[in-house]
Amino acid sequence: MATISLQKRKNELANAERQLEILSNGIFKSGDLPTFKDKISEINQYPLRPKKLEILQINVGYMCNQVCEHCHVDAGPDRKEIMTKETMQQCLDVVKNTGAHTLDLTGGAPEMNPNFRWFVEEAAKAGVKDFIVRSNLTIIRANKKYYDLPDFFKKHNIHVVSSMPHWTRGKTDKQRGNGVFDKSIKALQELNERGYGMPGSGLRLDLVYNPSGAFLPGDQMSMEKDFKKALLEDFSIQFHNLFAITNLPISRFLDYLIASENYEDYMYSLVEAYNPSAVSNVMCTNTISVSWDGYLYDCDFNQMLGLGVASKIKHISDYNEEVLSNRNIVISQHCYGCTAGAGSSCQGTVA
Amino acid sequence: MSTYYDPSDLRKFGKISEWNQELGDKFFDYYGSVFKDGALSAREKSLIALAVSHVVKCPYCIDAYTKDGLQRGITKEEMMEAVHAGAAIESGATLVHGVQMMNKYDKLSM
Repeated sequence: MATISLQKRKNELANAERQLEILSNGIFKSGDLPTFKDKISEINQYPLRPKKLEILQINVGYMCNQVCEHCHVDAGPDRKEIMTKETMQQCLDVVKNTGAHTLDLTGGAPEMNPNFRWFVEEAAKAGVKDFIVRSNLTIIRANKKYYDLPDFFKKHNIHVVSSMPHWTRGKTDKQRGNGVFDKSIKALQELNERGYGMPGSGLRLDLVYNPSGAFLPGDQMSMEKDFKKALLEDFSIQFHNLFAITNLPISRFLDYLIASENYEDYMYSLVEAYNPSAVSNVMCTNTISVSWDGYLYDCDFNQMLGLGVASKIKHISDYNEEVLSNRNIVISQHCYGCTAGAGSSCQGTVA
Repeated sequence: MSTYYDPSDLRKFGKISEWNQELGDKFFDYYGSVFKDGALSAREKSLIALAVSHVVKCPYCIDAYTKDGLQRGITKEEMMEAVHAGAAIESGATLVHGVQMMNKYDKLSM
């Protein structure tokens, strides 16, 4: 598997405009499949509008210690987009006054931002109800300077959400790289030792499952049961909930779909699995996504596609929740990923 | 290139109802009901379907139930065992006819 990003490889799919072009042409232009706009127009949901803001998701940088094959961020060790302390300060000013009950830090590996700990300490003071860090687990074992992350997370009552594509070594390593499975297991055991993920514990540990290939996730509850049984039996690992997340056809996953000649079939699967009842709860209706350089998006996927919010407020430095709540959500065909089956969001299913 | 089997034809399966709506609807209703959780789980039925797909050598069915299995988190080891279960019955069905051959041989021989 590749160890450098699409951007570093100078792959045409590192270009957001090229991705949007692919998503708008071919089977959608020919009319073989309806566009997302047409589909949600059928249920009078176009334009898609935000509801009450619940989640502020901040992407603190695209640098990561892993180069996962399905990554929608195209993250990797070679990415240099890192949120500065100044932008972090602007985010903190917003966190202190936001109506959102959840603060969700993501990346890349958010822990690789040199000001990550300072930011967490400051943000924790604002007293948000649910403070999530999306950790890839292996970062905890990547370097000595990260070994104490489980204690740091515990100290600030961080809700840890971690990717774990499968409970078997083969499937995990194929998607996320050699050795990822063993390191992830070790990291989970360390989190369990601190009380994370244990039954009845307030230290929340949830896992994220993405299918390792061109297929949709199965039923979230039955997958959770399978994951819990296997991880407990094989490694004595416990966790709270499993979020089954659909891979959206952008960035490296789009590159994989095209290279493996699965793109059309995958888009057909997404459209066939379209669930109108998932539309009203898609995460862009309750989330604002902030990029490493402070720009605002409807979700992390739109951020990667360069689709900024359709509002006169475009940057965290001008943040105004009321004005932002009066925007239309920007959509394209990748949005089918969030409305397939039971729906999909950073918090799992939505329907 | 024109071929008898085109993988993208699977997507058009539903179109068979266009030429006979009543029978098409009955078939798809029945099909949907068969694969719901019942005395057997939907997961178990998916594996049975995969085995039968191989026995009837239906490339569309093999594509469909391999994908269905992946979505359900069915492992490749489970899938291959299901295929062997189907293959064992199929080869057994051939071999058990060997008894007919033996009977005929014996009857014809002095």
